[in-house]
Amino acid sequence: MSSKSATYSELRASKAYYLILGVCVAILGLGAVSFFHLEHTGHYVTGMNNQIVWGLPHVFAIFLIVAASGALNIGSIGTVFRKTLYQKMGRLSALLAIALLIGGLAILVLDLGHADRLLIAMTHYNFKSIFAWNIILYNGFLALCILYIWTMQDRKVKAFYPYVGFFAFSWRLILTLGTGSIFGFLVSRAYYNSAIMAPLFIAMSFALGLAVFIILLFFTFRLDKRELGDLVLNRLRYLLAIFIASAMFLELARHLTALYITQRQGVEQFILLDGGIYTLLFWIGQIVVGGLIPLSLIFCRALKNNHWSLLLASTLVLVGGFVHLYVLIVGGQAYPLELFPNADVQSSFFDGVIHSYTPSIWEWMLGVGGVAIALLLFYVGMKVLRFLPASLADAEVEVN
Amino acid sequence: MSQINAYRRKFMAALGGIAVGGLASGVMLRTVEAGDVPAKPVDQPVSNKVRWGMLIDVNRLTDGGASMVEACKREHGWGNDPKASPEQQSQWIRTVKVTDKLTQHSFTLPVMCQHCAEPPCVDVCPTGASMKRADGIVQVNKHTCIGCRYCMMACPYKARSFVHETLIDQRPHSPRGMGTVESCNMCVHRVDKGQLPACVEAAPQAVIFGDLNDPNSRISQAVKELGGSQIRADLGLNTGVRYLGL
Repeated sequence: MSSKSATYSELRASKAYYLILGVCVAILGLGAVSFFHLEHTGHYVTGMNNQIVWGLPHVFAIFLIVAASGALNIGSIGTVFRKTLYQKMGRLSALLAIALLIGGLAILVLDLGHADRLLIAMTHYNFKSIFAWNIILYNGFLALCILYIWTMQDRKVKAFYPYVGFFAFSWRLILTLGTGSIFGFLVSRAYYNSAIMAPLFIAMSFALGLAVFIILLFFTFRLDKRELGDLVLNRLRYLLAIFIASAMFLELARHLTALYITQRQGVEQFILLDGGIYTLLFWIGQIVVGGLIPLSLIFCRALKNNHWSLLLASTLVLVGGFVHLYVLIVGGQAYPLELFPNADVQSSFFDGVIHSYTPSIWEWMLGVGGVAIALLLFYVGMKVLRFLPASLADAEVEVN
Repeated sequence: MSQINAYRRKFMAALGGIAVGGLASGVMLRTVEAGDVPAKPVDQPVSNKVRWGMLIDVNRLTDGGASMVEACKREHGWGNDPKASPEQQSQWIRTVKVTDKLTQHSFTLPVMCQHCAEPPCVDVCPTGASMKRADGIVQVNKHTCIGCRYCMMACPYKARSFVHETLIDQRPHSPRGMGTVESCNMCVHRVDKGQLPACVEAAPQAVIFGDLNDPNSRISQAVKELGGSQIRADLGLNTGVRYLGL
């Protein structure tokens, strides 16, 4: 760990802190109402159907899960790659990873047709299913994050810190590989079936996790009147640029490959050219808002050391990432499955038709409820244990 | 000149082949025979010596399979879930009209669970609720289905439906449950009793049901003689439902 003395302290109780808690609890309540409503009436009240089977809740859930594995990266850079600047933020990064993962999993579980059968999901495993592996990977990730925090918080087990850190880093890479492969392994869907889904999701997780971390670090430090210097923020700024570019690069490779394969040209044309809302979201939301504008903000010389431009860039990365997942999950299903290539098909089950999807209020409530769980856990965690470094001012951090 | 003659000879031979094939399919597909489906003794486990399959001659389906769809609805009680939107209604089997974009050749066929030997829905199911019986019938265990719908994402045939609401007045032999996924189960309750699936009974002139593992069964003889296409054969799933006339 850093040779400069690092002190940590709990978040101070303040009006703003309780306001955050209050808002989170209120939104969490909305999520709970939505869950009980779905559980009671069934999914007919949602916009999801037998054509678009995964909708907005899945976008929220996967967004949070992917961001969770990325949030742990800050700690990993300190531990695995021995960058001392990042070590002070290790505890916070692991806490955020836990909070985001639980928020995401809560949405995923509460959207199940039978959320009451969670125990079955925990006890009946089909090991050929990447979904089953993900259940193990998620639980393991939570356990490793807790161990990781323990080795950072307790001097008696400090000797294990590098090993646990390395293990957690490896585990998180496998976890995101698993999340990407949920889509990558779908043999029959031309928009998903690709090995590139695993690295794409890993690159996305780097970008989303870091963007969430930057925003929450900034606001929490302001809230608690702690110092946060340019040194840390500029490091995070350029790291974010690398991650955004990596995700865009893999997305480019994915689309180029698909465009080369005749079988996939239909769905590619749909997403990239004539898919209406999905095309708009792809080009404007994902590429411009989520990629090009943040990169411009980061590399604009006039905005160097400008915290607000970094915050804006991070926020846009989150917006772009959310849109990316929406286009991927919903847009990918909106294009019909091709049972008979080069033929027009008609049926009572909407074969050959572009499927429409309008999320209902219940899906929004469930989704934002999961975000509220993540924020609630994060803030309560910081309040009860010493996660926050006393200062990240330039004089307090060490660069190597 | 000799080339033209050679071409004529080939063409006439092909016509003859089609005529013989048509005749053969007529002979083979004419009636449903007792003995195609021997009943499974209740004290015996399902055997992997049997592989249930179905051969559908699309050209002999005068209604494109509509009567098969109706028979399935009656047997399993789906198709009129009161609260679900049209997109949310369950459809275990549907008729699909296919028109080739270039040739404009058109035909209509029934599409349901194809009972793959290597079913993607079984591979992806986290709890093993989506399962294949030893005799090749693919179905959902309603007791362990958690309603994640991953099998619906994985199925190439769009054969699965999710139950979006509470249901009443269900068929005792075919319970359906809100929050679980369902699909054609080849009328497993009938097959085990030695009866034909409801859809097969509704189109006896066009469908043969039987054991694909038994080389002497009528379905095996028919597919050996006439072939039998698979939808999306490129996926290599080795489907139990085969078609003539695609």
